[in-house]
Amino acid sequence: MTDMTLPSSQTNTPLYRKRQRRNVLTMGMAYAATAFGLTWLVLILGVLLYEGFSGLSLAVFTEMTPPPGAAGGLLNPIMGSLVMTVIAVIIGTPLGMLAGTYMAEYGRYDKLSSVVRFINDILLSAPSIVIGLFVYEIMVAQMGHFSGWDGAVALAVLVVPVVVSTTEDMLTLVPDTLREAAASIGLPRSLMITKVAYRAARAGMVTGVLLAVARISGETAPLLFTALNNQFWSTNMNAPVSSLPVVIFQFALSPYKDWQKLAWTGALIITLAVLTLSIMARALASQRK
Amino acid sequence: MNSVASFTVPTVSHTQKSSDGLAEKVSVRTLDFFYGDNRALKNVNVSLFKGHVTAFIGPSGCGKSTLLRILNRMYDLYPNQRATGEVLLDGENILQPGQDINLLRAKVGMVFQKPTPFPMTIYENIAFGIRLYEKLPKSELDGRVQHALQRAALWNEVKDKLGANGLSLSGGQQQRLCIARTVAVRPEVILFDEPCSALDPISTAKIEELIDELKEDYTIAIVTHNMQQAARVSDFTAFMYLGELIEYGETTKIFTTPNDRRTQDYITGRFG
Repeated sequence: MTDMTLPSSQTNTPLYRKRQRRNVLTMGMAYAATAFGLTWLVLILGVLLYEGFSGLSLAVFTEMTPPPGAAGGLLNPIMGSLVMTVIAVIIGTPLGMLAGTYMAEYGRYDKLSSVVRFINDILLSAPSIVIGLFVYEIMVAQMGHFSGWDGAVALAVLVVPVVVSTTEDMLTLVPDTLREAAASIGLPRSLMITKVAYRAARAGMVTGVLLAVARISGETAPLLFTALNNQFWSTNMNAPVSSLPVVIFQFALSPYKDWQKLAWTGALIITLAVLTLSIMARALASQRK
Repeated sequence: MNSVASFTVPTVSHTQKSSDGLAEKVSVRTLDFFYGDNRALKNVNVSLFKGHVTAFIGPSGCGKSTLLRILNRMYDLYPNQRATGEVLLDGENILQPGQDINLLRAKVGMVFQKPTPFPMTIYENIAFGIRLYEKLPKSELDGRVQHALQRAALWNEVKDKLGANGLSLSGGQQQRLCIARTVAVRPEVILFDEPCSALDPISTAKIEELIDELKEDYTIAIVTHNMQQAARVSDFTAFMYLGELIEYGETTKIFTTPNDRRTQDYITGRFG
């Protein structure tokens, strides 16, 4: 180790040996904590793969959720999850980006920005079930029925704060010298933001959207009171729509073996999708110069 | 420092510098500047002449960069900064409230301390600014881009990779790209804010050579910490200290027989 470079008169002292022991101890604890965390992750992924992988088949992606005892797949919840996620992102991303842009660019020195940031932080950590209840109250209860739109809106409310904060963070990272350079050729502020600052922050902002998608694709609570569930194929967003997390919730709690198996398979599909998104987000983020 | 001097190719001609016949392009009159309550410039009066280079020297914090950033109202980007007094560009006060700031910045370009290429291709870095003001057919735009890059002595190095990202160039090339970007917009005045402080001696020599060529067509102001550089590239020099303009005159005079004791102390390296 490094004590090779030190004279033995310095390494043989009690003080030095005490420090070495402490070093070994601390390092050992750090490794142990890491191993502890990783063990659970590996166990979870292992069980998920073991239970879910055997259930994977073409039927999972082509057939509807079955009644107990019959064969079937997960096509309707997969489709429902996809559609609601896409709509949530379409609603939430522009809102989040505009608010983040306001905070990082136009309103950088305004008091309102700090207020918005504070509220956004609360929204970011709000329990998703509260968001589900909120949307239930303002939409489901008003319209008198559950629907896919309600689910998408609940998910959009979860998307907004994530996008707001990543947009603001990424724009804040763009150096002011670049803004000054843009201004120095007479670029108006709007173009400076859209053509220069966005371009410089693009990878980070896309990463934020991907992280938001990863966050909402596993959410069950906000969908329970909004999109509810649907045993059958439905493309009607005005009616209850099935979704993977809710189906997993329902099937996993059921006493039927084949439903439980499908729940495992659904869990595996969600996990793989989120994993793919995370890897994409990482790859994008590391591309930044 | 002397080794830097030996790289310089430009021979600054001091011939056409009879005080008469000078056209005043920018004139700064009784200018004060405030960062909040802090008065950073105190009653500054100075002129920039067409076809000439004016250097601003002085120790850090003396207000020379502040002064430069008033000439294109760059300070407007930030809150709590204000200027009082007059800055006349062709006789028009650019500090007055109705001034179109984007138009002003198109006329008064700026090159910064750190090279700041936009995150786009080399071609786009130049074309972007041109498109702001003119709608040109592709062939003409290509010509304008080429011309700007030639003006900045960068064309030969990048002509085969115009599609490459501007950030892939070396520091010195990036700085010349920024000069090309500034020139492409066809300004009348160009402000250089310590353009060489992040560059090696060879790149520095190239930029200085460039400034010498550009002054034929533009009014140029340069802020520099390097006194040899000021002596090499400028026709006029202004020495600033603690927010005041101490002395202003022909570069040869400032560097040989300054009137003020503080100027002499600074250029002989006794402080700053």
